[in-house]
Amino acid sequence: MRVTDGNAIAGLLGEVFGGEMTAVVGVCAACGSGGRLAEMRVRLDAPGIVARCARCLEILLVIVERRGIRCVDLSGFAALDQPAPFSDGPGG
Amino acid sequence: MAGTALRGRLNWRLGTVVGLEYESPAAKSITLDLPDWRGHRAGQHVDVRLTAADGYQAQRSYSIASAPEDARVMLTVERLDDGEVSPYLVDDLRIGDELEVRGPVGGYFVWDAGSPGPVLLIAGGSGVVPFRSMLRHRVAAQSTVPVRLLYSARSQRTLIYRDELTRMAGRNAIDIRITLTREEAQDWRGYRGRITRGFLDRTGWPASDGPLVYVCGPTGFVETAADALVSLGHEPSNIRTERFGGAET
Repeated sequence: MRVTDGNAIAGLLGEVFGGEMTAVVGVCAACGSGGRLAEMRVRLDAPGIVARCARCLEILLVIVERRGIRCVDLSGFAALDQPAPFSDGPGG
Repeated sequence: MAGTALRGRLNWRLGTVVGLEYESPAAKSITLDLPDWRGHRAGQHVDVRLTAADGYQAQRSYSIASAPEDARVMLTVERLDDGEVSPYLVDDLRIGDELEVRGPVGGYFVWDAGSPGPVLLIAGGSGVVPFRSMLRHRVAAQSTVPVRLLYSARSQRTLIYRDELTRMAGRNAIDIRITLTREEAQDWRGYRGRITRGFLDRTGWPASDGPLVYVCGPTGFVETAADALVSLGHEPSNIRTERFGGAET
């Protein structure tokens, strides 16, 4: 099984949420840590797509497709925040 | 271009394969003609979708290897022997074939030439692909930001973009250092061994310079490098990571 990260599902997240999501900060409901969605640990073959917290490995997000309908479970997040525009400078 | 490239609905579109070139025995560069391509940022991806005769679909995300300034979009794909998508792309795709793609996607693992430096790029294996885009972007945009690439590969045979990186190295504050992890060749004058904390301490920018750091490679490689960088004093918020499940280097 291969573990990748949230960068690999940028397209899928964009499709589900309607915008760029990998720089969004998600707060884990289990451990309370916050991180960019790009940093989630992701399995593409789970079945469906399963994304876990990089710190505590609890499940944050599950996306499965059934008969052409996407089912999205976000219950692992305590919050999803769109931060200020991603700084490209040191300290960002 | 930043901020506008991602607006609007993300639609699948057909690209035509206009170029194919092996970069190593397992990695091939695929150049696409994509009508109405709106441009991308260095480090972004596209999704590629394959549909079998019975309707089964599989999709994967691939880093864009070309610079935003390049005329055509190029991907470099490494064959994963048990992969669903990469063996077809590397072994079976032919010039003139059409490929379903959508993108560009991603707003995290990106670098714009207007950003302040210095920049440290750390690649394991085919993790060097998005860095080709960033380096070409830096040259095309005539940026003077110091950039250093540390690139770990198993052997000379598996090195991707060797000639191009050699041409770029040492010019215009671009510093490229390649280390081989599994080759004992006598004729190799570069570094040997894995990218460890000690290697980063000797060859990376010191944390006091506050570099923006990008790490891309297999999951274990990225974890090791990111942990070492933090232990050397780099701010976690200055380290951006991208992991793929490919072969370990």
